[in-house]
Amino acid sequence: MTIGVMESNGIPVVLGWLGTATSLAGRVSPREKDIRLSATPGNVSLPESGLIDRIVAGEQELFYSLVQPYERAVYGAAYAILRNEADAEDAAQEAVVKAFQHLKSFRREAKFSTWLIQIAINEARMKLRKNRPHLYESVDEGKQTSDGEYIPKDWADWREIPSEQLNRKQLREAIQKAIDSLSTIYREVFVLRDVQKLSITETAQSLGITEASVKTRLLRARLQMRDALAPGLDGGWSFGDGHWKKVRPW
Amino acid sequence: MADHTKELAINCLHVAQEISNYLEGEIDDELRRRMEAHFSGCAHCTAILDGTNNVLRLVGDGEIFELPAGFSARLKARLAKVMHTV
Ligand SMILES: [Zn+2]
Repeated sequence: MTIGVMESNGIPVVLGWLGTATSLAGRVSPREKDIRLSATPGNVSLPESGLIDRIVAGEQELFYSLVQPYERAVYGAAYAILRNEADAEDAAQEAVVKAFQHLKSFRREAKFSTWLIQIAINEARMKLRKNRPHLYESVDEGKQTSDGEYIPKDWADWREIPSEQLNRKQLREAIQKAIDSLSTIYREVFVLRDVQKLSITETAQSLGITEASVKTRLLRARLQMRDALAPGLDGGWSFGDGHWKKVRPW
Repeated sequence: MADHTKELAINCLHVAQEISNYLEGEIDDELRRRMEAHFSGCAHCTAILDGTNNVLRLVGDGEIFELPAGFSARLKARLAKVMHTV
């Protein structure tokens, strides 16, 4: 199921990660050129290592400044699994507390942010199992056999284009609804990679799956998202100063 | 149309299966070239590419998952509680 090993308290052991770590650094894809416009919390190059040393040595009050850049990523990861604000906050905060309590056991092979997100994912999954055990079984692992065979919808299947202009709030709601409609395994990779901008490697490490699985699931997730949102992107929505290309051939 | 036979040697289904890797820059040059040739002759796949790229731009603006109001304050308070027990 997963290649990661998990201790009983939910703190992931990072051994075994290095085998799958192929760096994508330096590659500029069309996608990165297009979307890497905003700051990426996962890539902040703070002197984290020194900060961690000081916290472990006793300056506990510095811990919040260590996790602060990743609050949103941790919350987003939990939300991707739990789809509920209160549960996601609870899991995210529990994860931060556990990271604090186990900071000494953090092995520096991986980035701190990846370790933190991995704890949040474990936390969210445990919570999901506890809250909705039957649902977890069927949603989480049940759909893998159909991976990669998703066929994008044809034009004829599309709904009518919404005629009204959507404001930012409406747009965000539409996107959230589309994300919610994904199965858990697709939602996880989509949120980590495309919303939180983790690398493929970090996404694989965080979820305890292979990079190949990340790529396969990403394809499915992206095509489904596009099918869910495309009717609204057909020039009928305005988004701040953004300009969206027409997505239909006419 | 006969001129396009070679360019379209990669079919629409194959393009759809590789579109995500294409956007990642995770395909070799030969496949990229064939896909680009296909896009130039296939409005259907171009629409899927543009739509998928639009989705990535939409969700990548960092505003999808707003932290609930008061999240940071509650987190700090919770940390403060455990700090001196470790
Ligand atoms: Zn095509």
